[in-house]
Amino acid sequence: MTPAVSFHSHSPAVPRRSLSEPPFVRRVLLGTALGFMALFLVLPLAFVFTQAFAKGIGFYGKTLSDPLAWKAIKLTLLAAGIAVPLNCVFGVAAAWAIAKFDFRGKNILLTLIDLPFSISPVISGLIYVLVFGAQGWLGLYMNADHPYLPWLANWLNDHDFKIIFAVPGIVLATLFVTFPFVARELIPLMQSQGRQEEEAARVLGASGWQTFWRVTLPNIKWGLLYGVILCNARAMGEFGAVSVVSGKIRGQTNTLPLHIEALYDDYNFTGAFAVASLLAFLALLTLGLKTWVEYQHNRLQERNPPC
Amino acid sequence: MLPGFHLTLGFTLFYLGLIVLIPLSAVFWKTTTLSWTDFWHTITQPMALASYRLTFGASFLAALVNAFFGLIVTWVLVRYDFFGKKIVDALVDLPFALPTAVAGITLASLYGQNGWIGRLLVPFGIHVANSQFGIFIALTFIGLPFIVRTVQPILEDLDPELEEAAASLGANRWQVFWRVILPMLTPALLTGFALAFARALGEYGSVIFIAGNIPMKTQITPVLIMGELDMFDYARATALAVVMLVVSFVLLLVINLLQWWTNRYNTTNLA
Repeated sequence: MTPAVSFHSHSPAVPRRSLSEPPFVRRVLLGTALGFMALFLVLPLAFVFTQAFAKGIGFYGKTLSDPLAWKAIKLTLLAAGIAVPLNCVFGVAAAWAIAKFDFRGKNILLTLIDLPFSISPVISGLIYVLVFGAQGWLGLYMNADHPYLPWLANWLNDHDFKIIFAVPGIVLATLFVTFPFVARELIPLMQSQGRQEEEAARVLGASGWQTFWRVTLPNIKWGLLYGVILCNARAMGEFGAVSVVSGKIRGQTNTLPLHIEALYDDYNFTGAFAVASLLAFLALLTLGLKTWVEYQHNRLQERNPPC
Repeated sequence: MLPGFHLTLGFTLFYLGLIVLIPLSAVFWKTTTLSWTDFWHTITQPMALASYRLTFGASFLAALVNAFFGLIVTWVLVRYDFFGKKIVDALVDLPFALPTAVAGITLASLYGQNGWIGRLLVPFGIHVANSQFGIFIALTFIGLPFIVRTVQPILEDLDPELEEAAASLGANRWQVFWRVILPMLTPALLTGFALAFARALGEYGSVIFIAGNIPMKTQITPVLIMGELDMFDYARATALAVVMLVVSFVLLLVINLLQWWTNRYNTTNLA
């Protein structure tokens, strides 16, 4: 190996041992890193799948085909199916406004968008209880003696309108906790891409929508997909916030994570792990897709390096 | 000029207000229904104080342990080549992707008396389940990716010439690491630490199963809030939530400052 540049004729060549660790140290570091990950990540993952099949494949199938489990799967898919597209549209709109235009208060807006990440899941649920619960704003309105817009209050009371301890509350809590995911992936990506390509398209006569569909979207598709994958994983796995607003009525307001808790609390550990294995599989799928998307994105960057 | 500014910004602000800001303001509205003495009494009752100590202490220790092991994991991922490196790299994000309830029941069973790990520890008199140590384990599990994903890009972009310069001036490998590399990683490492700490403070799902629910001993603050909610005492739950929110906002500010410091450091190096 040739030594690096010597600054002065009399300076000694760079000793190789100063540029990398001795083999013994390398082995210790590698062993520590892999050992830590094996203990904290691989072992728990292996445990989930072993426990799920502890009573055989028959029990596994029975647990997952149970009507309560089915109901939980459907509710989880419904909540994610509403929350992910809505937050996706929001993410694209926010990224367009923030990355393509200059305006005052942009940094404050960025901080506010990240807010749900820094709030405890339990508090995320609590705020919706305070707005829509029986003792919250909605409850006070529905029970008021002389409500503003009496016909609305009557209609809500007649239809026994409920958000908390019902499905709409679960959807709202899921919306809140997954709020920043897509926006946070797209904003830095679109900022780094600048606006020259879109401006060129406009000059050449493309309409606003054409510019978005034909120029912007192809540029951000991998970032968008990445955000959607992470958003979906969180939406399907959220526990704390959903557990506050759901009321945990079995077969009605239990999502998959809540169903796992219910089985676990009933000492049906194998059943709990059988359902948990579904979500663990979803997590592995998420990691796989994420790695694949990163690979695609890097390939695109290498082919068209940003100028 | 590109179109759509008013439409997209308008929608962004409307949606942000509807989903985040208006519901969040309800916390401060609800707090005003408590008198100042009640509020103060709620947030300084012995159980609350014990929960703050536990939440802060366990989160701090877990973030510290993660900073140490996370740095080693990052170093190995960036600097060394080994079989299965891509899979190990992808696996770092498992705590982000694995739902907290799944992590919770898994850690509780794994470290329980009959679990794979718990069984080995019982002869030494170490009981992880239903203990503060268990809370620390759960918070360590969820914190790892924050350190690795914050430090990794900085370590990857580090200019090798700086190490070569230090080495050619006679520094040995440890001196190069301690005096040259580590100071350049410090802002990122601190940011990662703060992110892991902030996440640990609010964590609920992965902790409750392993923590048990022993008053004054293993109740973290979110569990205390949940307890008040189960008794439909929303005012007291909100008072505790306000304490946590204030801490979260202060941490958010610290993290933003740290990130600004990291970026500044980085651009100065590139220049």
